[in-house]
Amino acid sequence: MSDPVLSVRDLRVRIGDREIVRDVGFDVQREKTLGIVGESGSGKTMTALAATGLLDTPGAVVSGRSTLAGETELVGASPRLLRRVHGGRIGFVFQDPGTSLNPLLTLERQITESLETHRKMTRRQANARALELLDAVGLPDPQRRLDAYPHQLSGGQRQRVMIAIALACDPELLIADEPTTSLDVTTQSQIIELVRDLQRDFGTAVVWISHDLGVIGQVADDVTVLRDGEIVEQAPILEIFDEPKNAYTRELLRARPLVGRSEPAPASPDAPVLLRVDGLDVQFAVNTPVGKSTVHAVKQLSFEVRRGTTLGLVGESGSGKSTVAGTLTGLIQPTAGTARLDGVDVFGVRGAATKELRRRIGLVFQDPFSSLDPRVRVQTAIDEPLRVHGLAKGKRARQTRVAESLELVGLPASFASRYPHELSGGQRQRVSIARALAAEPELLILDEATASLDVSVQAHVLDLLAALQRELGLTYLFIGHDLAVIQQMSHQVLVMRDGEAVEYRTAAELFADPEHDYTRALLAAVPPARPRAAV
Amino acid sequence: MTTFTGESTRVASWRLLLRNPVTVVSAVLLGVVVFVAVAANWIAPFGVNDVDVPNALQPPSGQHWFGTDELGRDVLSRVLVAIQASIRVAVVSVAFAVVVGVTVGIVAGYRGGWVDTVFMRVVDVMFAFPVLLLALAIVAVLGPGTTTTILAIGTVYTPIFARVARASTLSVRVEPYVQMSRAMGTGDLYILGRHIVPNIAGPLIVQTSLSLAFAILSEAALSFLGLGIQPPQPSLGRMIFDSQGFVTMAWWMAVFPGAAIFVIVLAFNLVGDGLRDVLDPKQRTMIEARGKR
Amino acid sequence: MAVLTHPIIRFIARRLLYSLVVLLGVLIVVFALVHLVPGDPVRIALGTRYTPEAYNALRSASGLDRPIVEQFFGYIGSALTGDLGVSFRNGDPVTVTLLQRLPATVSLGVAGILIALVIALPAGIWSALREGRVSDAIVRITSQFGVSIPDFWLGILLIALFATTLGWLPTSGYRPLFDDPAGWLRHIVLPSLTVGLVAAAIMTRYVRSAVLEVASMGYVRTARSKGLPPRVVTFRHTVRNALIPVLTITGIQLATILGGVIVVEVVFAWPGLGRLVYNAVAARDYPVIQGAVLLIATLFLIINLVVDVLYAVVDPRIRLA
Repeated sequence: MSDPVLSVRDLRVRIGDREIVRDVGFDVQREKTLGIVGESGSGKTMTALAATGLLDTPGAVVSGRSTLAGETELVGASPRLLRRVHGGRIGFVFQDPGTSLNPLLTLERQITESLETHRKMTRRQANARALELLDAVGLPDPQRRLDAYPHQLSGGQRQRVMIAIALACDPELLIADEPTTSLDVTTQSQIIELVRDLQRDFGTAVVWISHDLGVIGQVADDVTVLRDGEIVEQAPILEIFDEPKNAYTRELLRARPLVGRSEPAPASPDAPVLLRVDGLDVQFAVNTPVGKSTVHAVKQLSFEVRRGTTLGLVGESGSGKSTVAGTLTGLIQPTAGTARLDGVDVFGVRGAATKELRRRIGLVFQDPFSSLDPRVRVQTAIDEPLRVHGLAKGKRARQTRVAESLELVGLPASFASRYPHELSGGQRQRVSIARALAAEPELLILDEATASLDVSVQAHVLDLLAALQRELGLTYLFIGHDLAVIQQMSHQVLVMRDGEAVEYRTAAELFADPEHDYTRALLAAVPPARPRAAV
Repeated sequence: MTTFTGESTRVASWRLLLRNPVTVVSAVLLGVVVFVAVAANWIAPFGVNDVDVPNALQPPSGQHWFGTDELGRDVLSRVLVAIQASIRVAVVSVAFAVVVGVTVGIVAGYRGGWVDTVFMRVVDVMFAFPVLLLALAIVAVLGPGTTTTILAIGTVYTPIFARVARASTLSVRVEPYVQMSRAMGTGDLYILGRHIVPNIAGPLIVQTSLSLAFAILSEAALSFLGLGIQPPQPSLGRMIFDSQGFVTMAWWMAVFPGAAIFVIVLAFNLVGDGLRDVLDPKQRTMIEARGKR
Repeated sequence: MAVLTHPIIRFIARRLLYSLVVLLGVLIVVFALVHLVPGDPVRIALGTRYTPEAYNALRSASGLDRPIVEQFFGYIGSALTGDLGVSFRNGDPVTVTLLQRLPATVSLGVAGILIALVIALPAGIWSALREGRVSDAIVRITSQFGVSIPDFWLGILLIALFATTLGWLPTSGYRPLFDDPAGWLRHIVLPSLTVGLVAAAIMTRYVRSAVLEVASMGYVRTARSKGLPPRVVTFRHTVRNALIPVLTITGIQLATILGGVIVVEVVFAWPGLGRLVYNAVAARDYPVIQGAVLLIATLFLIINLVVDVLYAVVDPRIRLA
């Protein structure tokens, strides 16, 4: 067997007096993919950057060995050597296609740059090769695209260009750091396919970093699991999925939301309708430097939600799902349509009745880091709805209520005196939920509420939400893009695309037998439970 | 992405401020300046208008630390009292600019709509005039003097506070925690007081420090032109103007007032920079990280 | 008429409209100046030369005896045709006086900003690329000094050193460029250094922060990951992208220069617009003050409009929106 393309041993990264990465070692074999999986803070990006000599965080000290193709040592190598390796023998694809491409240079230039540097091509030769590459990554109309700029492409297309750039000089190794994390699920599966095809055609070894085990299952031959900068488990893909040896790995596998794995507790079929939306239409003007243009975010949407049940609103980015939430909470003005909460007109409410309506509809947002005012203690944050709606008289009463709310979401009452930065992401999200519940709403809108959480944390929060629904008879409008999570939480599902309803049925029916092509495409794109290698 | 453990990983603002030696020195310097501003009349060794022609144009000596001017007046005493006048003008005019500008900016940023458009057009018109030019125009209308100077500088610096306040308000207003408060039915006043104002304080504090620095420069320029603080009140700018005929034979007449301006403005600027490093979230994480070495 | 919908044309049209609105505001302010004076502006302007005849003559010549609204439109109308009234002091047409003094100020402004750019661009870029190191600290401290120094003081010190003591350069005055190039150069050195050094200090800090911000962007990391030579990463990726915000800042900086020019012109007895304004303010010569303020503000608006248009042409995100 030939040498591994990359062989890492005893890799250590220290910043100041903290060790970010400890004793990491792995091999990447030719034409194979190593998946590095870990949650946030596990050090996966640092490991990859340190192993390839690209780490430039001030004060970072890297030690250990990282050998390319059995002969070139990368740790501690000279900048000149590293410059020859970067781009020439190792290609990189980073997470965010929006900022990874230079907005002022044409796509052609950004590809030909490395060709000129590493392959010493003339501009004309490089140009021809760039055209080939754009074609190879599946970009439509590649000839015209050569002269295009990044802002003229979609996110998925930009990521294809990044891959073209990374593979331009035919490197031996490709490092892909969360390359599909910011992309829609359908685009994600296309990119996964693309990389697999290119790997087969060019024989490149790949290191694929992700927090998503489903994606890793689709791409990896071998897996390294990282936690807090250390290796927790390392094995070929099938072993990891079928016979995980470490408790943490098992926890990650268990916490993964999977289609067909779970469902919400059944709800009574003749529960009264709590929310009815009819013909909701939202258009707004957008200010661009060149003038105003209109965005038609929601087109004639109608749905209803029964008490004690969850309606899952699912769609990719730009589908208009968050806009719907905005209209129901008064943050966005609808252009047309009606919505009634238990008979009360939501859009037409005025004056004093508005406050009461706002109390009855609660909202929890996605980002735990900006959902809480950094300058306000937990106590005061949860206190706010109590004050605003006069739900508890007097300081003592409010304090008691706050303590109760915290208990309700599984947090100790002592957290009341903490500031948000003293809490973890999952804890902050629980506080957000507690705050939303303190107002005793009837309808709770959860806008991608768990999307930014680590998968194990997400599982706990989802369990909490399900328990609260059962205990308090809450009604949820659950907005998300992850079909498995939607299935886990929802009784009814509404699929949106470009502001329109594509499919609207009970969850059971939709997942068993989707009617619309788009829904089928979405379901097909979700990484399955079993890794690809098992099929 | 960083994960947060249960303990606080954040360092208190003021402690972070103290880590930077430059900021500390400048803050101490400012303290001295403030002391002078308050106590000038008591610590000045001579009267500011004690004319003593026989001793005119004396170089710095044991008796006259900063020398004497063309009328025999003690330069040190004049500089101390002039500092007092400058600081007073700067503080009052910037206070005026802060109160008016920040109010306008917050209202424009929070309400949006036509209120925002109207207020910001007015601010834009004010920005179309170079600072000193507008100040001069106001002085032309109202006549020279200390009060006019305060009014002119205050008016001219209002737009920048309006813009900074508006920009910060706009960015805080779209933060999820503000959106959630609004969705919850919280009143605007509560949101403004509890969420908006504390979170925009950072950039405003930085701007205040920088504007104080420029206010001192503006006041000095106006006094230099004879349009600011009027004689017989001493002012740093006017002292420099008067020194023009004597620069080569009595360098102390030009150097000390100028150096006083320079040092005070520098101190305000350095403190402002230090504050910006601490109060601007992006800068801050870099400093916290560096400090852990 | 496909041309009219081209993104750049639309962008320019919007900016132009916006500038006109602001210009209207400027006109209102300028017009209001003479009417906000507590007391009678004509009487104040005449001062000791007051006689009933002179008063009436001046008043009607300036149109101040007509109703306000009529005056306002009259003023705008005349301004559009280039008539900005006559000086209270010596009766000369304001427009003529302004145009006479304009070249001197333009020379000074242009020279000043050139000096500023020549210093600030390299210094700011260099300092940003060496962030945290000693050379960065030196640049930062020096620019802090430059920002804190009163420009008139700097001018006086420069005169004292180079003109009075060393005698290398003249202490004051101006020579038109086309009449006497060598003289022009000798006379412009000190005043433009005074203006330029302070502006350079301010601009260095902006350039530095623009470059730092770009350097932390994802595409710079991508460029490094391609193994490109450091010079290419620095210039083609970092600096070039930072030049866009720098362009905007240069436009704003010109305003500071146009303002600072006033004081420097007084120090150096430079026969430009700045000194004109100063003398007019001292003599309460309102038509001249109005005219000069209007001209300078308009110049500033035009400069910013040009900067925005350049920005639209250079940035493909706008050019090909």
